[in-house]
Amino acid sequence: MIQTDILIIGAGPCGLFTVFEAGLLKLRCHLIDALPQAGGQCSEIYPKKPIYDIPAYPSILAGDLVDKLMEQAAPFEPGFTLGERAEEIEKDEEGQFILTTNRGTKHRAPIIAIAGGLGCFEPRKPPVDGLANFEDHGVEYIIKDPEFYRDKKVIISGGGDSALDWAIFLAEGVAKEVTLVHRRTEFRGHLDSVQKVMDHAAAGRIRLMTNAEVVEVHGDTDLQSVVVKTKEDGMHTLATDHWVPLFGLSPKLGPIADWNLNITKNAVEVDTFDYSTNVPGIYAIGDINTYPGKLKLILCGFHEATLMVQSAFKRIYPDKNLVLKYTTVNGVNAF
Amino acid sequence: MENTIRIQVVDREGQVHDLDGPTDMGMNMMELCRSAELPVEGTCGGMAMCASCHMYVESGHSLPEKSDDEEDMLDEAFFVEDNSRLGCQIHLANDLDGLKVKLAPVGN
Repeated sequence: MIQTDILIIGAGPCGLFTVFEAGLLKLRCHLIDALPQAGGQCSEIYPKKPIYDIPAYPSILAGDLVDKLMEQAAPFEPGFTLGERAEEIEKDEEGQFILTTNRGTKHRAPIIAIAGGLGCFEPRKPPVDGLANFEDHGVEYIIKDPEFYRDKKVIISGGGDSALDWAIFLAEGVAKEVTLVHRRTEFRGHLDSVQKVMDHAAAGRIRLMTNAEVVEVHGDTDLQSVVVKTKEDGMHTLATDHWVPLFGLSPKLGPIADWNLNITKNAVEVDTFDYSTNVPGIYAIGDINTYPGKLKLILCGFHEATLMVQSAFKRIYPDKNLVLKYTTVNGVNAF
Repeated sequence: MENTIRIQVVDREGQVHDLDGPTDMGMNMMELCRSAELPVEGTCGGMAMCASCHMYVESGHSLPEKSDDEEDMLDEAFFVEDNSRLGCQIHLANDLDGLKVKLAPVGN
């Protein structure tokens, strides 16, 4: 069991800055994020894009902002549970929250701060009838272990780097048969990956189907075949053991929708006094919350985080008086 | 009205919305739909980095060519047709008066 003072759900800019502000009050933080790295959408969607509205930075790349926030948080030794999704919460007899992730990791804290941004990133699922019936029965949205596909017939869909890289990897002596299905004739992956796929296709190691998409899935319990529709010559039924659609990630609100929080339009309602939700001890900050006049800006999330930790402190230590100390006077005293 | 164009948006239920699109505020179709509280997420904020503002252009207006970024994102979208565009990449301009678009279905 991981014990902390403030359990932060979401390791984006807002969650990371919470670590710093909480640290000034000598509160410890632990962050959980469904993505395998910290930074949230700054790292996942647009690391190379400049941001122009961070005070004192006329321009800063989203990825660099995350690096600096990590550096700023480091003295306060935040813990991380990455690549796991916050799934369930309950309260123990001492009134602390027990939070369990989708992989079963347990965390305990008196305070939960939801800094979940857009929600958790999940694979985009193509709109094919009956697809859900074959999930884990031949349809996978992520390749975890390539050995799983040894000597199997595999169809991969998508035109990005992950589709290209896995098609190449599986075609080089792993899978029995690899088919790559893509909506266009151009690929957006790295040029050398595209060239490799073309080379493998020419040598017969990858069956390349462009201007094509998978439109049907068939089988009993396990996937047995898919139907590929091509622009040029219509429908093709392909026998296969696996279909791996790789269409990137999109954010979903996810399990927090079931935590009895008041939710409007995919956002958690909060009191702007301290960004508390309707559940005592649970706060929501950053893009995931909503209140009259809400603006989804990193800048506003930083402010919300700062006020929120003051309230969290008073909940944890109701008998202690809190005095705001300026970092210019006191410096930053690391743990 | 000066600096205002008429735009029709067909929502996912088939209902037609007549909107006034200002051409002097640097707005795009994703933002126009959001400001009219139509169900367009605009998750990435308009960087052509998600496909939540996917829409079909139904009028004969000639729009600027798709950028590579827009093409790449449409690769990850579903229900893509020849007239598919990302709303955030359609910038409101006077020559788009009378533009008609239809919101694409949302996937899972």
